[in-house]
Amino acid sequence: MKRFVLKRIGLALLSLFLLSLTIFFLIRITGDPAVLLAEPGASKADLDAIRTQFGLDRPLWVQYWSFITHALRGDFGQSFYYRTDVFELYMSRLPASLLLAAAAMAFSLLLGIPTGIIAAVRVNKWWDSAGKMFALLGLSMPSFWVGLIMILFFSVYLGWLPSSGSGTILHLVMPSIALGWVFAAYNMRLTRSSMLEVLGSEYVKLARLKGLPEALVIGKHAFKNALIPVITLAGINLVIMVNTAIVVETVFAWPGVGRLLFEGISFRDFPVVQANILMAGTMIVVTNLLVDILYAFIDPRIRFER
Amino acid sequence: MNGSAAHSRPVAATLSFAGRLAAFRTEGFPHIPVLIILTVVLVAIFASVIAPHNPEVGVLGDRFRPPAWQVGGTLDHLLGTDHLGRDVLSRLIFGARVSIIVGFTAVIFAGLLGTTLGIISGYLGRWVDQVIMRITDAWLALPVLVFAIFLAAIVGPSVSNIIIILAAVFWTRYARIIRGEVLSIRERDFVRLAVVAGCSKWTIMRRHILPNVVNTAIVLGTLQLGVVIIAEATLSFLGVGVPPPQPAWGLMLADGKKGMMAGYWWLTVLPGSCIMLMVLSANLLGDWLRVKLDPQLRQL
Repeated sequence: MKRFVLKRIGLALLSLFLLSLTIFFLIRITGDPAVLLAEPGASKADLDAIRTQFGLDRPLWVQYWSFITHALRGDFGQSFYYRTDVFELYMSRLPASLLLAAAAMAFSLLLGIPTGIIAAVRVNKWWDSAGKMFALLGLSMPSFWVGLIMILFFSVYLGWLPSSGSGTILHLVMPSIALGWVFAAYNMRLTRSSMLEVLGSEYVKLARLKGLPEALVIGKHAFKNALIPVITLAGINLVIMVNTAIVVETVFAWPGVGRLLFEGISFRDFPVVQANILMAGTMIVVTNLLVDILYAFIDPRIRFER
Repeated sequence: MNGSAAHSRPVAATLSFAGRLAAFRTEGFPHIPVLIILTVVLVAIFASVIAPHNPEVGVLGDRFRPPAWQVGGTLDHLLGTDHLGRDVLSRLIFGARVSIIVGFTAVIFAGLLGTTLGIISGYLGRWVDQVIMRITDAWLALPVLVFAIFLAAIVGPSVSNIIIILAAVFWTRYARIIRGEVLSIRERDFVRLAVVAGCSKWTIMRRHILPNVVNTAIVLGTLQLGVVIIAEATLSFLGVGVPPPQPAWGLMLADGKKGMMAGYWWLTVLPGSCIMLMVLSANLLGDWLRVKLDPQLRQL
């Protein structure tokens, strides 16, 4: 077990190292950031001053080393555009992203789990087919388009919901549906297959043999066990949501980290881009690591795999 | 599906249609999706013949004209015009070209790269396998879309850049799955015999392993076509994909935002519907192929 955990941690660290290397060099080989920082038509002396100020004149590997040692201390440098500490900037945007992701997760579970259960209980009836179709539609619509259609309908025609911004519960409704839609489809599929598996198990058969009413069999015996994989995945999905909300946050002008990344890209504010991507990668690697270890605790077979 | 006749209320009518479509998917060949994909491909090829107007040039006097059937619409612009007075139908027709070219090419490139690396990694094993798989892991740590947006922002917008980026982002899935298959194929007798017969590693990978993983690669490719088309539309929508004034469905949606608050629905609804139809068709075809070609992938 100890060996397994250490090996997984080592692999995760290696992933993060390769990721940071890729990101760092990709940003620097594609253009001169100093040109973007200066006023248009700046003299060469101005450009040199900016290079020295931001350390862009040093060799790449020196820059990388200083970047990585600072990053480990939570210091990602100053934003070129906002002129503030990048890490603070990121942290100030994170709560909004977490709020959006939590709302989207709630929506995706509230929609995905009941429809998944109904589909499994009424397997191969029209409810099941409709559910499958709904899941397929969810996977076929770009989230930003779902957002745009909702704005068109609920903001422009009906005037019920604000089309962008944040602050009230109403502002949260459309972005969380747009973001949660695809995940609702995933949750529905997962709940359905997991529920089908549980319904075929011995203890459910026994419960039925005992003559329990069907509602109790499903509600009490099958439901809880079928939800385990869905809830486990919800944890990973939440992290993925925070980091893929860029499009939805842009459509609804939601002030989260996704919008920060988009701004960073638009202004070529590369400390912001770098920090954002690195934080995204770190969150996902760490979550996957935790899930792997958790699974290994629960299921000993995984530990002995190659 | 006989049971659906019993629910003869209005709601059931739409649902039984959905039911029929879903049943279609599991039973036979997906006629309608294939027909839609073929139509889009043909439209893309003959875009310059079919399109009634130049998609990139508009008449400013004709801005925001609604589709022909609405008040103020003209037959000259069947599906209306956009904020620059450009014909929406013509832009949709030429937009199909971008989606098809980017979608298919990126999927093929990603497939070639991922399959090659997957075979090499799985067959050669040892340090080669370690290196390739560690890179794959690092690549997989980022959500594909975020990675693609990041790369696109760095290299700048153009159709060829988008293809390279999407290929560079989407190869990992092939590499992972194909490597897994190769690990079991290489232990089979025909591969061992080939080794005994003195075939070189290169010949074994090309003649004995590759033909056995091609099905998997095709299924993965079809399933990814939809994802890649959505990714292209997203990049174009965010302004880091296909550069204006070129017509692309994602770009049209970004432009459509300008007229959205005034209720110009056709600029938002129509391009998005095209994307959805195309992606849905690709997914239905991919699901069918998966069941037909590769029973092992059914759980995917």
